[in-house]
Amino acid sequence: MLRKIAVPVIALLVFTLLWEWLVWFKQWPNYKMASPSDIGPAFWKYKALFFEYGWDTLWRTVAGLLLAVVVGVFLGMLMGISRTLRDALYPILVGFNAIPKATVVPVLALMFVGQHDMNTILIAFMISFFPIAVSVSIGLSTLEPEYRDILRALGASRLTVFWKIALPKTLPEFFGALKVSVTLAFIGTNLMEIVEPHGRGLGHLFDSGKINADYPLMFAVLIALAILGILLYYAVVYLEKVFAGWADTQATD
Amino acid sequence: MPASVEIENVTHAYRTGDGLLPVLKDLSLTIPAGEFTAVVGPSGCGKSTLTRLVAGLMKPDTGRVMIDGEQVSSPRSSVGMAFQNPVLLEWRTVLNNVILPLEIVAKNLSSKQKQQRAEELLSMVGLEGFESKRPSELSGGMRQRVSLCRSLAHRPEILILDEPFGALDAFTREDLWQIMRDLCKQENFTGLLITHDLRESIFLADTVVVLSDRPATSQYKLEVDLPADRNVEQIYSTAAVDMLATLRKQIEIAQGRVEGKVKGSVEGKTDRQAESPSPQTDTTAGS
Ligand SMILES: Nc1ncnc2c1ncn2[C@@H]1O[C@H](COP(=O)(O)OP(=O)(O)O)[C@@H](O)[C@H]1O
Ligand SMILES: [Mg+2]
Repeated sequence: MLRKIAVPVIALLVFTLLWEWLVWFKQWPNYKMASPSDIGPAFWKYKALFFEYGWDTLWRTVAGLLLAVVVGVFLGMLMGISRTLRDALYPILVGFNAIPKATVVPVLALMFVGQHDMNTILIAFMISFFPIAVSVSIGLSTLEPEYRDILRALGASRLTVFWKIALPKTLPEFFGALKVSVTLAFIGTNLMEIVEPHGRGLGHLFDSGKINADYPLMFAVLIALAILGILLYYAVVYLEKVFAGWADTQATD
Repeated sequence: MPASVEIENVTHAYRTGDGLLPVLKDLSLTIPAGEFTAVVGPSGCGKSTLTRLVAGLMKPDTGRVMIDGEQVSSPRSSVGMAFQNPVLLEWRTVLNNVILPLEIVAKNLSSKQKQQRAEELLSMVGLEGFESKRPSELSGGMRQRVSLCRSLAHRPEILILDEPFGALDAFTREDLWQIMRDLCKQENFTGLLITHDLRESIFLADTVVVLSDRPATSQYKLEVDLPADRNVEQIYSTAAVDMLATLRKQIEIAQGRVEGKVKGSVEGKTDRQAESPSPQTDTTAGS
């Protein structure tokens, strides 16, 4: 247990020290590479903003992701249950997913001018629902027919088969996709926050750092984003353990 | 209470990309209530299709499937099924896997009663103490035993087994034959077993039916002439080897490897193969 915490902490310390030393050794100016000793004060100076904007970024990402889960699971169910719907929907979804979302950001920003929350949540959703839809549809359509038959032979309805078997059986694939989606949603949120004028969120803080040539602030935002990203990712990992821990055959408990 | 099964002149075809695939052709087969019938035949001849018709999962194109004199048109809760793939629910404990059918058809039982029924079955197949384990912690033979318990949990009138022991090694398979025989004694059902193992068929069944190649029809029927209370040694007896030879011959005819039909019967045990000292080892067909 101690080892589990000590090893990453020591690694992080070594990394920070190397970074500090490298900046000092190379005599890099601030705008090329800020050093950890510059970043600390930057955090301190803007600590209230960091918390406020960090919260904005966090809740918008989560809201976008939740929307992606609802829509993605729904689309996945449609495609997993009906062959015709899959043939109809799949090309549209692939085409939609192929559009680089960076190009959608200004379009959305114009569509709903000034509605920062909605814009941000929408882009987080758009960028992240695809893996969920695909994984759920594959999970459902690859269900061995015998699984269906054991319940259907007893007169169970399609819905019962879905709740008792298809859905739980798809959970491992779903969480695999959710780990990808959470990262994507986070990217989406930040894209919008950076691009939108007069916005909020860490992305906006980053942008104002850029405008004011406050390089330590920009680096501080990057670090804050890394921390937030890790937080979100491990939240999903935790949920996976709770709801689909049975799929982890390594577990010996 | 076990129910009788009557399959009357059933013909069935699948609609596939390249037209109709006739699978069953004018097939008739009767299983009296409480009897155990095994069905053997070349692979792909339509055996699983037959089980799906009996379970009411499909309707035949023509002909009728009757259970206790009543035509089957949709699934009925009085059927239990087990397959080669045990299809256990990995997220449930062993006990809750066995309880699954009771959640569908015996909603009025208390959870205590459901649990007792599941425990009773699990102890019959020697899985006492494994109730709270996950399926992933069990061996292949154990998983298949759980699957058998599940298929019997709701006391079905008809038990349908589609090659349930097909993927097991020879020793585990013999264990499961004996477990299945004991289950037949303790539980009350009409049995329909699909298998490609001829020894298995004569060990477990009262009657063995050989199906012809696709489109399948019943080609040959053999009344197993062994004592009702069997042990595994008896399927290596001369009487058994005789029956195995007859069945094997019929399978070869079904596969079209032999010309002409041999109408053998079990009473006429004049087959010379009975004298060969070692029992025939190649008793599997269509593999
Ligand atoms: N749902 C289906 N649609 C089309 N063809 C099928 C379907 N199920 C089975 N078949 C075909 O019907 C034939 C008989 O299948 P099956 O009853 O599973 O045979 P068996 O169990 O004797 O091996 C096979 O050729 C198989 O490919
Ligand atoms: Mg089959």
